Amino acid sequence: MPEILASVLDGLLIGLVYGLAAIGLTLIFGVMDVVNLAHGAVIALGMFTVYLLYKAGIHPYIGLLPVAVIGFLFGVLIYLIAVKRILDGPPLMTLLATFAVSMIITGAGTAIWSTSPYNINFPVTTLNILGYTVTSARLIAAIAAVLVTVFLYIFLYRTTLGKAVRAVANNREAAELMGIPSQQILAVSFGIGTALAMLSGALIATLFPFTILSGGIYELKSFVASVLGGLGNPTGALFGGIILGLIEGSVAPFIEVSWTNVIEFVIFVLILLFFPTGLFGGRR
Amino acid sequence: MKLLRQPYFWLIVAFTALFAALPFWNQNITLRETLVLSAIYIILATNLNLMIGYTGYVNFGSIVFFGLGGYFTLWLISEHGWGLYPAVLFAGAVTSILAFLLGLGILRLRGAYFALATIGINEAVKDFVANFEAWGGSEGIFLPFTAFRAMGGPAKALWTVYLLIVLVMGLSLLLSYVVKRSKFGLGLFAIREDEDAAIVLGVQAPLYKSIAYSLSAFLPAVAGGLYFFKNGSVVPEEAFNLHLSIESIVMVMLGGQGTVTGPAVGAFLYERLRGILLTLPSLSNFHLVIAGVLLLLIILFAPGGLMGWLYRVWPGLRRGLE
Repeated sequence: MPEILASVLDGLLIGLVYGLAAIGLTLIFGVMDVVNLAHGAVIALGMFTVYLLYKAGIHPYIGLLPVAVIGFLFGVLIYLIAVKRILDGPPLMTLLATFAVSMIITGAGTAIWSTSPYNINFPVTTLNILGYTVTSARLIAAIAAVLVTVFLYIFLYRTTLGKAVRAVANNREAAELMGIPSQQILAVSFGIGTALAMLSGALIATLFPFTILSGGIYELKSFVASVLGGLGNPTGALFGGIILGLIEGSVAPFIEVSWTNVIEFVIFVLILLFFPTGLFGGRR
Repeated sequence: MKLLRQPYFWLIVAFTALFAALPFWNQNITLRETLVLSAIYIILATNLNLMIGYTGYVNFGSIVFFGLGGYFTLWLISEHGWGLYPAVLFAGAVTSILAFLLGLGILRLRGAYFALATIGINEAVKDFVANFEAWGGSEGIFLPFTAFRAMGGPAKALWTVYLLIVLVMGLSLLLSYVVKRSKFGLGLFAIREDEDAAIVLGVQAPLYKSIAYSLSAFLPAVAGGLYFFKNGSVVPEEAFNLHLSIESIVMVMLGGQGTVTGPAVGAFLYERLRGILLTLPSLSNFHLVIAGVLLLLIILFAPGGLMGWLYRVWPGLRRGLE
């Protein structure tokens, strides 16, 4: 029994990190109706950015700050190059465009780093919480994910820029009539979504070995989490991530790891079919 | 037969015949292997176009049909001693029926939701097969050498399979053409333009979409059976390679979605391009980047692809070249 609880606790902690990645995805969808298929590639990029910073002598947790800044700028860049021009076209086009971005990142990453695994070795201690042992890295990753989420909420609800983001998400034309420069807001939103993805990638990199292709798994987990929570709903996405982590944690002692993906995708398709607006209600 | 009087029908026949005849010229095996890949790409792109181009639904996981076809075929041959012909037809039929049933469910989803579900399905099937012991798990299925004996030895069997793959390619083009010219095809185009309006006008959208999905599964599944039979083995990573799914989308967009000629031309050009990139040592690592840039440029600046551009330059082409 204790092993199961320990595994569930592990699942909860990692679930918060999945939640962070899912918020990035769901934010972009909520604001501009774009499903960002470059999400996984960006997550992988976050892993490698923190790795490179670490190699340059910056502690991974301090490295999170530059990762967030780089992520934001990179997201704005993606928006300006690949998304802006076709935002008002058929949804198919933005799907394909963000996918093209994903191919470019993954392809370049494969050429530079090959597909062999990397990891960040830094001293990790184990902690004892209520009789269960967790590694400090996991705990810190989960806390960091929660902190970033709190900051995001403060930004969205307490600052003018954040309110503008919500206004554009709600109704772009109306927001424009109110004098909100919607193009800039859209670019900012894409930047924030990308920064969140890179941050979650950086946090995952402190926990597990990774390759340039690892992003794909976490992209799918982000989809599952955000669909669970209702696409476009950040709080839902966080809870979706936690649910996903709990499911993983609670089945881990009983079945082989390779089956967890099958279970997750089945849940994913079932949720899409029967609760298309998610368990917590979508944006509308 | 009205079909026999259409010049375009004869164009398809001539193109297929040329494909079939080329490597026989001097028994050129290298050329045959290149053309086999082109033909597979043309099959995948042409059938995918039924969904993307005609119906307006992006299927990111179209490769799942190809992989399932390969698995069913090899399993029937190696475990149950079936011949190649019944095995591929059965594989095609089963995959098509599965697609129809699946389609009734997931095609209720629109736009992005549908696209996400198709990625999920491909990954789920891949992981399922990788864990499914009856199909060899992650080791896959290997054909016993004796399987080729019934076809007159491996060397002869490979030529036969080549002709069959080219035949499937011809049938794919034909299917694409017939659907486009039919009332059914018109319904699909109506769904693409505005699904709600189409429903109001009496198009049975759910059924039409499912049939389109199921149709787009049959020939790729048969092709998958033939292709993996030719390889002699099938493993999950190769059968459900999401990259190939995506590359098929690039091919469709490159040639021009919604046309019959476009996806085939796009597939052929893409195969050539990929071949060139892979042989240049400085660029071989970057073929995914180049494909991505290509896709992005098409989407941003020429969403009609090659055919869209041709139609603009010579509007008269629209009538002859579908």
